[in-house]
Amino acid sequence: MTQRLQTFRHDSSGGIHSVPSHERRPVLELKGAERYYGETVALHPTDLAIAEGKTTALIGPSGCGKSTMLRLMAGLITPTAGSVLFNGRPVTPETVHAIRRKIGYVVQEGGLFPHMTAAHNVTLVARHLGWDPGPINARLNNLLQLVGMTSDHLARYPSRLSGGQRQRVSLMRALFLDPDVLLLDEPLGALDPMIRYDLQEELRAIFRKLQKTVIVVTHDMAEAAFLGDTIVLLKSGRVVQHSTMGDMLALPANPFVTAFLRAQRAVPQPEIV
Amino acid sequence: MSRRSASLYISLFVGTLLVTEGSAQMITVGSKNFTENVILGEIAMYAFQADGLEATHRPELGGTRILWDALLAGDIDIYADYTGTIIEETLFGEVETVGQLPEVLAGYNLLVSPELGFNDTYAMGMTRERAAELDINTVTDLKRHPDLRLGFSNEFLDREDGWPSLQAAYGLPHTFVRGMDNDLAYRGVDAGTIDVTDLYSTAAEIREYDLVSLKDDLEHFPEYQAVYVYREDLAMKHPRVPQILAQLGGSIDEERMIALNALAVVEGVQETAIAADFVSNHLELSVPIVAQTESAVTRLLRYTKEHLILVLVSLLAAVFVSVPLGIMAAKLPRAGGLILGTVGVIYTIPSLALLVFMIPLLGIGGPPAMVALFLYSLLPIVRNTHAGLLSIAPDLIESAQALGLPFMTRLTRIELPLAARSIVAGIQTSAILNVGTATLGALIGAGGYGQPILTGIRLADTSLILQGAVPAAVLALAVQVGFSRIERRVMAHELG
Repeated sequence: MTQRLQTFRHDSSGGIHSVPSHERRPVLELKGAERYYGETVALHPTDLAIAEGKTTALIGPSGCGKSTMLRLMAGLITPTAGSVLFNGRPVTPETVHAIRRKIGYVVQEGGLFPHMTAAHNVTLVARHLGWDPGPINARLNNLLQLVGMTSDHLARYPSRLSGGQRQRVSLMRALFLDPDVLLLDEPLGALDPMIRYDLQEELRAIFRKLQKTVIVVTHDMAEAAFLGDTIVLLKSGRVVQHSTMGDMLALPANPFVTAFLRAQRAVPQPEIV
Repeated sequence: MSRRSASLYISLFVGTLLVTEGSAQMITVGSKNFTENVILGEIAMYAFQADGLEATHRPELGGTRILWDALLAGDIDIYADYTGTIIEETLFGEVETVGQLPEVLAGYNLLVSPELGFNDTYAMGMTRERAAELDINTVTDLKRHPDLRLGFSNEFLDREDGWPSLQAAYGLPHTFVRGMDNDLAYRGVDAGTIDVTDLYSTAAEIREYDLVSLKDDLEHFPEYQAVYVYREDLAMKHPRVPQILAQLGGSIDEERMIALNALAVVEGVQETAIAADFVSNHLELSVPIVAQTESAVTRLLRYTKEHLILVLVSLLAAVFVSVPLGIMAAKLPRAGGLILGTVGVIYTIPSLALLVFMIPLLGIGGPPAMVALFLYSLLPIVRNTHAGLLSIAPDLIESAQALGLPFMTRLTRIELPLAARSIVAGIQTSAILNVGTATLGALIGAGGYGQPILTGIRLADTSLILQGAVPAAVLALAVQVGFSRIERRVMAHELG
């Protein structure tokens, strides 16, 4: 199986990668990037190009390497071998700080700092960079409208916000510097189903409005299909298929793709093209 | 690093302010931590003053080792000691007889005064009642009663010329042998919780508790003639000193010493008044009596000030050093083990030993006590800083990193505030421990609430003990309450 997947990945660069990547230049690229934790392989050597302005969903079973891949892209960890390119430039210890400001990052629980109000969380980096209060407030109001919150919410500490509100604030923080890329690590994983359903709608609306490059990690196939223009399916540290949902259904790279799709209770929704 | 040395300098500086009193001409008399020695210290001070010299007395500095070290270090110029103690303990192996003493002491640049006239030797003491009941008159008689309970002063129990040699000389078979404070031992004998204790032959308690000294029928104990030991340079600076001390020679016999001791211990007269009275009436020297009566409130304020300075300076220095060390331990896992291990080992050094180690380096008084308290304060703060930083949720650390904030900003704006509760708790632990440990500072002349406790134990004066113990407890409580408030403020975000 492993052998087959690897073979598939190597000779599939043309055929199965049905995303018309020539239309948009890649914002983020993995070039033979691999990552070990001690003796354990989290990600085998991987080539992957993320198209600009699209939403890409990373999905796969637990331990498949999707979070590792996201952390590599965010520059939070470095590849054991190979490289990560951001806008064509390699991410190195020298460039990583500048690049991080071009990347918005949201973790599962939101990662809001509990000792700061929501407003302080959102404006932290801008204040650190010495922005004036005027632009800060303008940007803040802008983002409030985008995520549908009020300034009343911003005066609160994170512990006084609901899970959904925390994720909205976290999104505001990630978007504050108007990054080129937005990375989300299971942003809705900790929310209950109703809120999750509404937030999925909202997120997709926001992503479409912003026209940003978004990479979202999820373990829910329905969510991946709903949010992602393209989907990257991983298994055991390797990319199994990188394509649209439609192609996954029509042209599964191997039986695992079909098995993974079948294992989802939620069927793909009609609006997915 | 510069912060660390700065804080050490601060503690040394403040400590120096506490210790340095008077001019270079000032003669500093020291005394051990028991009444007779305190009285002898006062007597020497008044004798010098009567001759027009500037003299001050630093009373109850601790045991023989502390006085000896302080004398060699020049922190004190003179103190009263006993020939037996010097020969059998301090200079054991270097000197055999009293006759050799001046020569051997000269090797340390020290001089010895003529004997004062009394022999304060060790004796085995029992209550008159119990001794009669068991028909015990001599130390040899003790062998007939191997089940007797023996409670000795710690010094007697440990020193060469004390219990080990007595036991060997008489072949004493007793198994119940405990070390305790000398004054507690007297009360133990009185209360019947122990049967035999070591006595000083001039102790006021012999009368107070109606004790008898058992006859040293094998003449085991050496002579403990009281003398003053002083620095050669004292005699050079003040050529009159040897003459003044010669005047004191032979002026106090055993009877008189017991009387002077009893005045302090039984009648509750202050040592300074007893000594002034003795010097003016029996030596017929005119003592420039300075009314030294300090009101209870002023005294309490002085103790409080001394105690607070000890605690605050050491704690502040410890915070400046420990928080960076804790951060290093958390950020550099390899250094972390070493740092935590080192402060852990420091913490296990017994406090009295640490204090004594400090004397050759820092002398007596505030500085060694502050350094010792500083060293003990490290562990709780380093540990809690380390633990606090490591217990921050990984996704918060990751979020801070992903925001592109530089290391120092992450540390000061995110990580330290998140670890603040743990760090404050560590500081609180150190502060409370310090309030308690600082009472030991009195043993090396650092003052504070330990002073009345020490004097109170020596004089068996419970109210005096409480004058130190109660404020110390109140201070510990205040520290607790104060820190709880700080903690509530630090944790305001949890309340929304």
